[in-house]
Amino acid sequence: MTKKLKAAIIGPGNIGTDLLMKMMRSDWIEPVWMVGIDPDSEGLKRAKEFGLKVSTTGVDGLIPHVLDDDIRVAFDATSAYVHAENSRKLNELGVIMIDLTPAAIGPFCVPPVNLADHAKNLEMNVNMVTCGGQATIPMVAAVSQVQEVEYGEIVATVSSRSVGPGTRQNIDEFTRTTSGAVEKVGGAKQGKAIIIINPAEPPLMMRDTIHCQTTDTPDQAAITASVKQMVKEVQKYVPGYKLVNGPVFDGNKVSVFMEVEGLGDFLPKYAGNLDIMTAAGLRTAEMFAEEVKAGSIELPAR
Amino acid sequence: MSIQGKKVTLHDMSLRDGMHAKRHQISLDEMVSIATGLDEAGMPLIEVTHGDGLGGASLNYGFPAHSDEEYLSAVIPKMKNAKISALLLPGIGTVDHLKMAKDLGVNTIRVATHCTEADVSEQHIGMAAKMEMDTVGFLMMAHMVSPEKILEQAKLMENYGANCIYCTDSAGYMLPEEVKQKIGLLRAELNSNTELGFHGHHNLGMGVANSIAAVEAGANRIDGSVAGLGAGAGNTPLEVFVAVLERMEADHGIDLYKIMDVAEDLVVPMMDHPIRLDRDALTLGYAGVYSSFLLFAKRAEAKYGIQARDLLVELGRRGTVGGQEDMIEDLALTMAKEKGLV
Repeated sequence: MTKKLKAAIIGPGNIGTDLLMKMMRSDWIEPVWMVGIDPDSEGLKRAKEFGLKVSTTGVDGLIPHVLDDDIRVAFDATSAYVHAENSRKLNELGVIMIDLTPAAIGPFCVPPVNLADHAKNLEMNVNMVTCGGQATIPMVAAVSQVQEVEYGEIVATVSSRSVGPGTRQNIDEFTRTTSGAVEKVGGAKQGKAIIIINPAEPPLMMRDTIHCQTTDTPDQAAITASVKQMVKEVQKYVPGYKLVNGPVFDGNKVSVFMEVEGLGDFLPKYAGNLDIMTAAGLRTAEMFAEEVKAGSIELPAR
Repeated sequence: MSIQGKKVTLHDMSLRDGMHAKRHQISLDEMVSIATGLDEAGMPLIEVTHGDGLGGASLNYGFPAHSDEEYLSAVIPKMKNAKISALLLPGIGTVDHLKMAKDLGVNTIRVATHCTEADVSEQHIGMAAKMEMDTVGFLMMAHMVSPEKILEQAKLMENYGANCIYCTDSAGYMLPEEVKQKIGLLRAELNSNTELGFHGHHNLGMGVANSIAAVEAGANRIDGSVAGLGAGAGNTPLEVFVAVLERMEADHGIDLYKIMDVAEDLVVPMMDHPIRLDRDALTLGYAGVYSSFLLFAKRAEAKYGIQARDLLVELGRRGTVGGQEDMIEDLALTMAKEKGLV
């Protein structure tokens, strides 16, 4: 039995295409289908050139082939509006859904923090939170793993060019979802998220600031070590995840300043915010595949 | 150009922009007494929130002495004629904050975005307009782009439902000619019933002159702060502006002596530092940097030994925008490392 899980990508836009390029290098996931709705879209044409099968009629065009092609995992890079239906249809056929939309039907997944749990539990739908969440929640968790974090706050600054119309039309969804995940995944008792869009040219690299207020006096040495260790964990799938400054301690406030450079696969390098989403999504699927290979979970019977 | 007889609606910022200068620590009593004084002086519109708007309470910008709810609940019931406005920056505050403000009796909501990013304001402007609030689109750091770009972004906000558009000189960088060009183009191209506003900072000492230029070019709402209490070198000092309007015989509806007294007797005594054009505030205006960076840069200077002026110039060079206060400490650390200070 081959160890690679076969995959479909739904949504051949910038995110879907970047994901495809990363997946083609994966030892654990094999891209087989690209699903879109516009036969003339650049993304579908590109996927075809890369040798993928393409659906031009959405998920419905993929459904009849799921069992024959042994599709085990799907990545949804469309929108929150259609995700629920996509997920329902594919889950029914035993396909694990990695949700890159803000729909968040399934539990939040931030790989170095809680992916192992999701994989062991064979969660059939996991949500990748937001770009700001992927970049910052590992740092909140690094602090909360040492001691109680009363309040966690993240500030994500992204280049204007890397923020698409969907995010712009519903920017509250970003702040709400991210602050929720700072609590649920990061482990802060209360969370807050702020996003700043900067139009500078050339575009600035994604920057993230993480502030944690600890309940008791911070254990500086332990927190510093935990933060550095967590940076290494994220660097396993996002090599351009960089600790610029910190942790800085000011009373019970702990601040960490990060920069996220993307790999520049399909998305430009400055769009580290998008790169960290695709990389985290792929990393998630890979861990499911690793657990299957190790025999610790069993995929739905077919 | 004469503005004789022209109606100008003034909008006080001392209890919102002034929160920056007070590190968001204005007490409820101070809020109420200043707002009451302004109300009695005939101020039609007074802004009350955290300096960074609804939901601005944060480690990044500073936790306020009281929540937005507490400030608004304390001030609004005390107003006889003045209406209260609230600022909202999408990305910081949400429509939940907006609904809260509406429920507490806020009359005017001002949705603020960087001058090129108006499309993040659609849900907030749309919601405020739907709730029939006086809905303002507030384009910040307007010095950074051309009049045509401001117009393009203003049209988006107008289209989402804003009944008033502001050209906002957040850095106090603009000169009167630029104000005239920008406001003039908006006046020529936006719907004739869309109001226009100008919000100035006094970092080059041009607050009053720029505001007059804005009125001449077609703006009818002008922001200022009594005694100038605001970020950077402060906002256009309102009592000065009222005196100038008085001499120009514009229709402003304010009692000059009463507003002078609010400035002198209530606002100046509560200042943490004199609101003046010191070298760091001047640097904001000269380098085109967001005014609320001032105190953060001064604190970083004290902590890391890097001159605030050097920090502000570099932040200007990097094209930082409103809300990026976190970059100040970050930059100070990086510069201090380079100099071997930490």
